[in-house]
Amino acid sequence: MRLLRNGEFLSGAVLAALGVFIIIEARQLEYLGPDGPGPGFFPLWYGIGLLGLSVLLMAIHARQAPVPASRGWAGTGRTFATWAALAACVALLKVLGFIVAFALFAFFLVRFLYRESFGKAFAVAAGGAVGFYLLFDVALNVTLPAGVLGF
Amino acid sequence: MEGFGYVMQGFAVALTPYNLLWCFIGVFLGTMIGILPGLGPAATIAMLLPLTFQMNPTSAVIMLAGIYYGSKYGGSTTSILLNVPGESASVVTCFDGYQMARQGRAGAALGISAIASFIAGTFGVVGLMLVAPPLAKFALSFSSPEYFALMCLGLAMVVLLAGKSMIKALLAMMVGLWIAGMGTDLFTSASRFTFGSADLLDGIDFVVVAIGVFALGEVLSNMEKRESALVLPVPKGLRNLLPTLQDLKDCRFAFLNGSLVGFVIGVLPGAGSTIASFISYGIEKAVSKRPEKFGHGVPEGVAAPEGANNAETGGAMVPLLTLGIPGSGTTAILLAAFILWGLRPGPLMIQDNPTLFWGLVASMYIGNVMLLVLNLPLIPLFAQILRLPAYVLYPFIFGISIVGVYSVSGSLFDVWMLAIFGLLGYAMLKLEFPSAPLILGFVLGDSMERALRQSLMMSQGDLTILVSRPMSATMLFLAVLILLAPLFRRANALRVKALAEGS
Repeated sequence: MRLLRNGEFLSGAVLAALGVFIIIEARQLEYLGPDGPGPGFFPLWYGIGLLGLSVLLMAIHARQAPVPASRGWAGTGRTFATWAALAACVALLKVLGFIVAFALFAFFLVRFLYRESFGKAFAVAAGGAVGFYLLFDVALNVTLPAGVLGF
Repeated sequence: MEGFGYVMQGFAVALTPYNLLWCFIGVFLGTMIGILPGLGPAATIAMLLPLTFQMNPTSAVIMLAGIYYGSKYGGSTTSILLNVPGESASVVTCFDGYQMARQGRAGAALGISAIASFIAGTFGVVGLMLVAPPLAKFALSFSSPEYFALMCLGLAMVVLLAGKSMIKALLAMMVGLWIAGMGTDLFTSASRFTFGSADLLDGIDFVVVAIGVFALGEVLSNMEKRESALVLPVPKGLRNLLPTLQDLKDCRFAFLNGSLVGFVIGVLPGAGSTIASFISYGIEKAVSKRPEKFGHGVPEGVAAPEGANNAETGGAMVPLLTLGIPGSGTTAILLAAFILWGLRPGPLMIQDNPTLFWGLVASMYIGNVMLLVLNLPLIPLFAQILRLPAYVLYPFIFGISIVGVYSVSGSLFDVWMLAIFGLLGYAMLKLEFPSAPLILGFVLGDSMERALRQSLMMSQGDLTILVSRPMSATMLFLAVLILLAPLFRRANALRVKALAEGS
């Protein structure tokens, strides 16, 4: 359990797994063909490098104490809430389109994460959505993701 | 005479109203994002890159380069007024700039910073103009093995982008190589690391990775806290922003020091403006008659690092434009921008695209003048940006990131990838994995693999082709030397420690 709280060790483990995956995938591709190196040549070598270095990272940090929370994991909850809201916004793009999905996302950030008043949250959400529409769709002719309603 | 003709041709390009406008937009945006802590030039250029696809490449590169060097001017404002560097290169400016501001000399500190930036920035452009063409001519003799060695040399620069941990930097670089390798192999049409997804057959777009890792990673990290810092007041009026004659006299050597150190460090790929500003500050302190006052608010402590980080921009353009080697996250994004516009920075760049190269050089002269004119009288106005609440700014950055990525491919899959790379960028920041090596690996990975495979095709699989040619052997030797340098330094430190404990 101590090791699982050690960010360096854990990231090393994840990268080691990635290294193993790259090596396995690279071995299924051609290594050397009649015209020279195949598509598996280069990935195999950086896969080995990735595995070796990540094992080294794990070994260095295995004996160290877990990184104290004071290094700044305190606000991580806010960040994950923001990311979850972003993921929801992306998921809603296909259904609601950018204008509405972005307005909902901005409203959530301002109202619930910054704890600003309903009025301010509404102003940022509505102003931002309209601003994006006018700037990109109207002025710059950049297509924004449209929803089932057509915008 | 031929060179003079090219410079004039460059000014003819840069002085067209259309390019002047884009140059102004670039330096203006650069100043603003330099002022805003938490949003760097790399993230901004990545976000705006998709919007430049409809522009002609010369105007686009003039604007994006304007953002790059403009941010160096703006970065000092937050260092001086908030003790928070607007971007990493302005860290050193905090030492004396903030102290000057606390003593009621914020205006003089901001003025010195702008003047030093102008002098050194112009010096950097002159250096770029003089050094780039002969270097490019030399590099014209390169073939695939030399290119592979050059890419290795570029990747070895990861040592200088490493931050605290070399292992983490190398790991980040290898992840960058892996991401670059996703998609269809150009030589055999085999699909690699696509997880059976048709959306990944074309690989992952650079814009998605850059915006995700740099912009969203930074913003997600900034979302952790809600409070904003206290801004020191900026004196109003041009008169209060001008340094005294004594200040300028004290900064004579600092202007020269910053210009020279910044340019030379800039030419060395991977060193970057933060290192340049630290070195010039160190030199300034070492040669000063009053070194004990450094850190307590001396004007030369602002002039030297600010000059260095601006001269570095001109220097950093040399390896980028002549060899195709980016020395930092921002120049890596500029390299990708060139590739996306169908241009290939390298030895042929100046020869094949003289209008673009000389137009860019000339625009950098003009941009520096614009920045001086903009910065001196408008600093109080720019400082108001610092009062923009985070709850207005951050949703806007998320929105522009989504629009930027979607506008490139029209694919919602890419927007999902953006969110995933944003999370990766945040995790890298939290776990102290540097993001610049990932971008370096991603940008150079494809060219490196191609050069290696072409070299081995030339030699029918014989690896000695890479070391039997003098130039490629030299560059590979240098790359190994650079990669091993930290080990030598560490061994030496251990030896000194052992000797000290033994005596």
